[in-house]
Amino acid sequence: MSKVSDPQRALIAATSVPSLPRHVKLRHDAARNRWTILAPERVLTPDAIALDILRLCDGKRSVEEIADALVDQYAAPKERILSDVTNLLQDLADKGVITA
Amino acid sequence: MSEAARLEHEPAAGLEPPLGLLAELTHRCPLQCPYCSNPLSLERVNAELSTEAWSDVLAQAAELGVLQLHLSGGEPTVRRDLAQIVAQAARVGLYTNLITAGVLLTRERLEDLVANGLDHVQISIQDSNPGNADRIAQYAGGHGKKLEVARWAKDLNLPLTLNAPIHRQNIDSLPGIIELALLLGAQRLEVAHVQYYGWALQNRQALMPTRAQVLASAERVAEARARLKGVLVIDFVVPDYYARRPKPCMGGWGRGIITITPSGKVLPCHAAQTIEGLHFENVRERSLPEIWQHSQAFTAFRGTDWMREPCRSCEFRELDWGGCRCQALAFTGAAANADPACEKSPHHAAFTEVAHRESQAPPEAFAFRRPSPPPGAR
Repeated sequence: MSKVSDPQRALIAATSVPSLPRHVKLRHDAARNRWTILAPERVLTPDAIALDILRLCDGKRSVEEIADALVDQYAAPKERILSDVTNLLQDLADKGVITA
Repeated sequence: MSEAARLEHEPAAGLEPPLGLLAELTHRCPLQCPYCSNPLSLERVNAELSTEAWSDVLAQAAELGVLQLHLSGGEPTVRRDLAQIVAQAARVGLYTNLITAGVLLTRERLEDLVANGLDHVQISIQDSNPGNADRIAQYAGGHGKKLEVARWAKDLNLPLTLNAPIHRQNIDSLPGIIELALLLGAQRLEVAHVQYYGWALQNRQALMPTRAQVLASAERVAEARARLKGVLVIDFVVPDYYARRPKPCMGGWGRGIITITPSGKVLPCHAAQTIEGLHFENVRERSLPEIWQHSQAFTAFRGTDWMREPCRSCEFRELDWGGCRCQALAFTGAAANADPACEKSPHHAAFTEVAHRESQAPPEAFAFRRPSPPPGAR
């Protein structure tokens, strides 16, 4: 079998435009009254911050624009927010929950 | 299935609703894998639930709080009404995962399933070597057909998991299996060491790898995970026989997962019928929420009250829930004993010794999965 070299890890940068792939669903779970991420063989429960970020992953906003949108809400320096958002999205990208 | 749903939060007090439903739509299957997770006594086609009965069950499941539906078998594509069942699952908001061998699918049928709301497909492979794969499944040309179906899934933008049950007769192909998952564009690969219940227990001697092989497979998976981070998610299930601590089987009995058999029997785990003294209720006779909450089969081993020592006073009792009841019964003679996979079990040394002894001798001939129990079935 030939070696495969093309698939690449998505590295999240300020200019990346993240979105949820079709097979990942952010859904309100009525029975437990919380939001949930449904993915193949995974049920993840995002915390409040992750949920705010995921809701902004619309395939239009860049990571920087997502951080901008959160600055007021979290009353923290933008650099700090951008760094936190980037780290969280990288983790979710490595888990296959977002694409960018 | 080993990890039907993964809960990443602290369990709340009291009874939570189930996250996952494993729907065994049929026990019919064109393959004859010797480690099949179906019971030795397979249910017949004339006992299977109707489309309407499944539709009702799926609505009840969603109402109860089930989030993920695993459409399994047997081979679920044997059912001509599969697209209707998928459509109903999507209608009631369940995340639908089709667990299939793939060999009966056409491209048109797969397109139709996607159009009806299928979220994800999991295709099993027996090996990366086509000849050995077809020998294990006893289905000529099966491996090639699976690869074709995997390519259709990719074309249709349907996310794909490749599931590879691992044992001594394919473990050397692990690097090839990982490359195959990449080649096919799978998002996930399950490298799942065979668990020894049902058919696999019948064939344990012919399937059991050596400890050295298992350790080597863990190293290969660790290397591949590091190399393929962000490209391929690899789930790795180790064989209990070489473990020191038991797995939290099903996430704990009656805690997260429901299995429904083709005829409508509701089980806390797909192998639960091996345990004598349990009474399994049927969705034809009682509602799913009532069965989940109250049926004897679900309450028998739910929580920790049923536990004996060493489980009862163990600090891990609410982490591993005493491991697997079916394995405890099969190996120690009592389902309420600790899983012998646990090093605290008085049966652990004998359990490990069985694996060591069986893996050293040349493999016996397989007893392939067939619709009536093989001679000498336990």
